[in-house]
Order: sequence, then C-alpha cells, then structure tokens
Amino acid sequence: MSDASLKRPGPQQRAAGPGQAAHAPDRAQPARAGHGTGAQAVPVPAIDIEARQVAKRFGDTQIFSDVSFRLERGRATALVGANGAGKSTLLRCLMGLIPVSGGEVRLLQQTATQARPAALRALRARVGLVSQKHNIVPRMSVLSNVLHGLLGQQGGPRHWSHVLAPAQSRAQAMQALEKVGLAHLALRRADRLSGGQSQRVAIARAIVSRPEVLFADEPCASLDPQAGEDVMDLFFDLARRDGVTVVFTSHNIDHALRYGDRVLGLADGRMRLDATASSLHESDLRGLYD
Amino acid sequence: MTDLTAPARFERPSAVTFLGYLAGLVLVFWCLSGAGFSMDKVMTSPPRFADFLSRAFPPNLSGDVLGRLGWKMVETLQIAVAGAVLGVILSLPVALLAARGLIAGPWVNQTTRIVLGFIRAVPDIAWALVFVVAVGLGPFAGMLAILIDTVGFCGRFFADDMEATEKGPAESLTATGARRLDVVACATIPAAMPAFVSTALYALEKAVRSSTILGLVGAGGIGIELKVGFDLFDYPTALTVILMIAVVVIGIEQLSGHARTKIIGEQR
Ligand SMILES: Nc1ncnc2c1ncn2[C@@H]1O[C@H](COP(=O)(O)OP(=O)(O)O)[C@@H](O)[C@H]1O
Ligand SMILES: [Mg+2]
Repeated sequence: MSDASLKRPGPQQRAAGPGQAAHAPDRAQPARAGHGTGAQAVPVPAIDIEARQVAKRFGDTQIFSDVSFRLERGRATALVGANGAGKSTLLRCLMGLIPVSGGEVRLLQQTATQARPAALRALRARVGLVSQKHNIVPRMSVLSNVLHGLLGQQGGPRHWSHVLAPAQSRAQAMQALEKVGLAHLALRRADRLSGGQSQRVAIARAIVSRPEVLFADEPCASLDPQAGEDVMDLFFDLARRDGVTVVFTSHNIDHALRYGDRVLGLADGRMRLDATASSLHESDLRGLYD
Repeated sequence: MTDLTAPARFERPSAVTFLGYLAGLVLVFWCLSGAGFSMDKVMTSPPRFADFLSRAFPPNLSGDVLGRLGWKMVETLQIAVAGAVLGVILSLPVALLAARGLIAGPWVNQTTRIVLGFIRAVPDIAWALVFVVAVGLGPFAGMLAILIDTVGFCGRFFADDMEATEKGPAESLTATGARRLDVVACATIPAAMPAFVSTALYALEKAVRSSTILGLVGAGGIGIELKVGFDLFDYPTALTVILMIAVVVIGIEQLSGHARTKIIGEQR
C-alpha cells in the first residue's frame, strides 16, 4: 500500500473551486483551444467530470460509496481496481446510463444525476464511449457503424445507415475512419473485421461527433497484447490531439500509468487511491488488484 | 459397517404420491369417457377405414379436377403469403410495444402482451368465422384471419427476440445521446434480425397449414374442396385434396428450412 499517495488532489484542482459555473457557457472558446493555459491570465482548468459522494447499490449489494473526485479538462484519468471492483459500474454512473444510489455526478458542468431524459441526451451527445467488447453492430457496414456515433446530434432514419445519410455526415464519418486508418474498409461488413479493427471502428464511432469527453472501459481487454498497444496508442493520440478529457478503466497497471495523467483506484467499495501517474510506481498499484 | 445388500428396486411411494397417481389415472379415464372412447368403434373402424380407402382409391387425377384444385391451391398460397407478410410487417411495431425495456413502459408492455396472448388463444378457424361475418365469405376473410394469427405469434416472439439481444451495442449508442427509437433501429433490430427471419419463416409455414382448412368455414382456399368432396361422397377428389395439401405443406417446410440456413447460416 502507498498511504502517501492516497487522496492527494493536485494543487490546480483546489484552485478550480467554486467559480466553476461561470466558465460553463464559453467552454468552446479559449479554454478549449490551448489546453486551458495559453492566453488566460489565471490558468484555471475547467472541471469536466465531478463526482460528489457517489454511491451505487444493486439491490442489497453495495458496489461502492463515498466516491468523490474532480477531473480536469483535457486530462486522462485511469480508473483501476480488481475485477468486480465496480469500475464499469462507476463509468456507467458518470454517463448517467444507470442511476446512482446516492450523491451527485456533474458532467460538463451540468448535473447528470436526476437530469431529465432530453437534457441527459443533450449532455451525452457531447460524450463518446468505447467499451471492452467493441459493441459495434455486426450486421451493418463499417461506415454505418461510424455514422451511428452522430445519432446523438442528428437522430432519425437518415443516420441509421450510410445509404440514407446526408453527404456531410458521410464525409464526417469517412474522416473519422481515416483517423483510425480504416477508410479503405468503409463498406466491409463489421463482422468481417479482426478484433483490433473492430475496436478501431468503435473508436471512430466514439470520436466522429467530436466529443469533449471520452469514456473507455478496458478498451483493449479483448485484444492480443500487440493489437491492444496499437489501439491504446491510437486512442490516446486522437484524444490528446483534440484536448479531449478521458476516463478509462484498465486492468493493466502499465497502461494505467503510461496513458493516465491521474490514477484513481477502487477497492472494497471505496476510492482507495487518487494520485498523479508520475508520482506512482507499479508497486503502488499492485495492492489494488488482489 | 456399510450395508452391501442392493437397495430395493422400487421405492415405496408415500401415501400422498400414491393418491396422486390414482387421481391421475382416474382423470385419464374420465377424459377418455368424455371423448366418447369406445372399444367397439375402435374394433370396427379398420374395416370402415379400408372401405373409405377402397372407395377413395385411386385419387381423382383427371386433368380438369387437377386444374381446378391446382388453382384453388394457388389461391390458398396467396392467402397464406399475403396474410403472413402483412402480419409479419405489422408485428414489428406491435413487438416494439411488447418488448420490455425498449421503447414502451411496463404498463404498455404488459397490456400489449395480454392482447397478443388473447389473439393466440383464439384458434385461427374461429378468427376466420369472425372475419367471414365481418367482411363476407371469400379469401379476404381468410387472409385477415391469417394476418391476425401471425401478429399474435410474431408480435410475441419478435418481442422476446429483441429482449434477448446483447445489450452492449445498444448501450454504446445510448451513451452517445441517441434516442431510444434510433438505438432500437440501429442496434437492437439488426441484432435480432436472424431470429426475426427464423420466426417469420415459421409463421409462413404455420400460415400455409392454416390456410388449407379456412375453406371449411367459407374463408377461401382449397379447404372448401375438401368439404365438398366429403359432402358429396366424392372420396377420390377428397383424397386428391388431402394429398395435395400434404405435398404443399411438406414442400413449404423444406423450402423454409432451406431459406433459414441460407439466410441465417451465412449471416451469423
Ligand atoms: N446490472 C447489475 N445488476 C446487479 N449487479 C451488477 C450489475 N452490474 C454489475 N453488477 C455487479 O457489480 C459489481 C461490479 O461490477 P463491474 O462494475 O462490472 O466491475 P469491474 O468493471 O470493476 O470489473 C460486480 O460484482 C457485478 O456482479
Ligand atoms: Mg468492467
């Protein structure tokens, strides 16, 4: 155990205190452009995701409780913990996919818990998800799968399949495919892809709508090590290039430290670790995986 | 010491079990008597059946009879296909309402499922009688009967198929802010498609089987020829009808099985 690294929020986080709400309306402007530092006199990083005493129960089983953190814009946070510790569940709570049992989640400076469906959808349209299993739709073309990533912004039958889609959306989807290096497979049926390719399609689908926050749930768990590395490199390249805030779970200590700026550790239903990746060693994390 | 003598061959039933067996036996005999079971009739039936066969054999295969029955058979298949196709199409929106956790709330799910259960509980021939009253004698009444029968069947099983799909793709789309209907159209329905195809083909088989007897109540199709054949003691023609039905039904089953492996087998 590394008691030294427990609950040690960085200095900037404390600085980003109550004045937060004021920054909400103009998030697309200066803060976004230069990783939130450049022109501003006082570099106050915006908080994109905030958990306040979040708790989750399934029936009588308490999964976690009293989980609190604030994640800065443009940073990557690794969420680590043993199998069944509740990492995926916490991610789902952060996206409002399942209700929390207590506490509050703020996503992009709006309350995600108890938001009305329409408001929640609008919020999610600014978010992307890549999951452990790629979760792309096998019976459809790669291009259609990527187009589905735009459904949050433009719903309706024209975005169900690339055949019907507006030219602009198709072009956008092709760009996303180009970014993950799969433009040449646009019309391939999604179930004719390798695992690594499928996960790239899932990444393209997640980034096609230019999200401000990306969630990834063990994005390379179902891949062989080499394909996994490639997918992680690609994912974080794309996220960093656009200054996207990332939260990813991983069972791989090395990945957590390498790709995360900050590491949160779940164990025994509590957040047992919260530290910057650079301050941690592999040995600090091992205890969490027992 | 362990007892090495073999256990008894039969366990002695408890008094309650014994009474249960006895009640079951009584029930079966009661039903047999209700069904008018008579050993006398069983004993005398083989000669009578042989008599029927001798009068029906050989089946009437004359050109004009075959032509007339052939056209009736075509009408039968038209009724079946039209009813089944419309029924399958209508089943989709109904199934969306019946499937739990998709687009409609629990109250709507339950109501829809109860209605579908009622539709299935009423036999197809009873639906045909109802539609004969509603729209008059003829194949249209038969088609409507097949249609509603198909909705009762496919509505329920399409809904089950959609409930059974993997939730991952749907969750991924929900996470990007897609509406429920978009999620269903893009993730749930494509995933359930092989099951839909299988269910729809089975509905078609069922429709063909049903459509052959709708004529008995005047709802179109070849069934009327069967009735007329027996009413006029024209057993050779009746036998031709029976054989024709058997050939067509078996043919459709083969075809549908072939289509099933062809469509689903390749897509999985
Ligand atoms: N929908 C659910 N209903 C009941 N229990 C669940 C549900 N989802 C997850 N769990 C339970 O919550 C615990 C945490 O699961 P999960 O978040 O998937 O863990 P991790 O992603 O860290 O491996 C597990 O014990 C799991 O069985
Ligand atoms: Mg998990």
